[in-house]
Amino acid sequence: MNPKRRKILFTALFIVLGTGTAVGLVLMAFQQNLLYFYSPMQVKNGEAPTSRNFRIGGLVINGSVKRDQQSLAVEFDLTDTVENITVTYAGILPDLFREGQGIIANGRLNQNGIFEADEVLAKHDENYMPPEVADAIKKAGGTIPSNHLKEQQP
Amino acid sequence: MLGPTIDKYAAPKNAYSLAFTLTPWFAWISILLFIGGIYGGLVYAPPDYDQGESFRIIYVHVPAAWMSMFVYVVMAIAGACGLIWKVKLMDAVARSCAPLGASFTLLALVTGSIWGKPMWGTWWVWDARLTSELILLFLYLGYMALQSSIDDRRTAARAGAILALVGVVNIPIIHFSVEWWNTLHQGPTVTKLDTPSIHVTMLIPLLIMSIAYTTFFITMLMVRLRAEILDQERNTTWVRDLVLGGTDK
Amino acid sequence: MNEFLHMGGYAAYVWSAYGISLVVLILNIILPIRREQALLHTIKKKLQREASKP
Repeated sequence: MNPKRRKILFTALFIVLGTGTAVGLVLMAFQQNLLYFYSPMQVKNGEAPTSRNFRIGGLVINGSVKRDQQSLAVEFDLTDTVENITVTYAGILPDLFREGQGIIANGRLNQNGIFEADEVLAKHDENYMPPEVADAIKKAGGTIPSNHLKEQQP
Repeated sequence: MLGPTIDKYAAPKNAYSLAFTLTPWFAWISILLFIGGIYGGLVYAPPDYDQGESFRIIYVHVPAAWMSMFVYVVMAIAGACGLIWKVKLMDAVARSCAPLGASFTLLALVTGSIWGKPMWGTWWVWDARLTSELILLFLYLGYMALQSSIDDRRTAARAGAILALVGVVNIPIIHFSVEWWNTLHQGPTVTKLDTPSIHVTMLIPLLIMSIAYTTFFITMLMVRLRAEILDQERNTTWVRDLVLGGTDK
Repeated sequence: MNEFLHMGGYAAYVWSAYGISLVVLILNIILPIRREQALLHTIKKKLQREASKP
């Protein structure tokens, strides 16, 4: 093996080892903070961090969305069906953002217990069906079975 | 040790001619399935109740993601066979898998990103599903870097097989990431234990596209394998006969 | 037809996803075929060189 080849080989090994280390660290990070977005109940119980940003996940309450006419500012209430938290955000919302939708917001809690979000992401579920089928289910009084946001109450 | 049948096809010349014969068959099946699957995905399938027309990205995204994992398993198994039984053909299969798997992984990541932007509101998040799929891409690239940096084919195959086998641990992590961790990516739709959560009119094109991707993979594996075998056997008489025989005046 | 191309407002996303997939798959067809042909060519050249030697 000539020196150039050896250099490439070491680079390859470095990449592999580096990736391995990165995996380990990322997985640990998941366990510590990415793993849980906090539910409104956890936030009310004071389990969420106060000194840094964190994620909050829940369903947007029907009728709670208030949009500012002049700007992109929006305010809505998020629920885990037990507790509610008011979220404020200024920016472009994802297309899936709507009342009743599961969303994840990243930001921090202010003194008044209002969550000021820097980022709002919509989480969709794993169900795919034509609109007519979804309408029929709703008309029949059923709910679309979904397990999204199921882990918000650990 | 391997029995006469396997031995016969493991003989490079037979493997080459078998790959040569099978290529057009798989190619045509794949082309027909792609036409059917794309028509099904873009026209036949209805829009989704929640995501509208953007959900049609599923037909290029999900098969690519499935293939990215399937090809990796094939590569690792072939690598292991080459490692244990010292079958050169298996080394060639593993080598041929890597660039194909890498492109499926890249496609899964890119189309997923294009889908994530309008629906989730972001091109990328470091959630467990997306991160583990990105690691899969690095595994493929690492394998390819190993292959091109080691001159000796045997050593390269051995090193690659070990890397591929170690990396197999990532495959269940990708699959179960959406269940083990809280991710932005949603849970499994088709492969969950109870009935799939996708309407049958949407499921059929998805299955057709998946078979199209699979046959595409088999076709291109054959083509790549042919080149690998030729390269491996370039100094043998049958390659000489093949190269000169086909062009003799 | 226009409505089909419009994709309910998601045209840019849907068509780029399909387009990129198509490009990557086609590259996956062209590159190995060219490699095989180049390989056959080099092997042939080498054999002809050897044959032309006395």
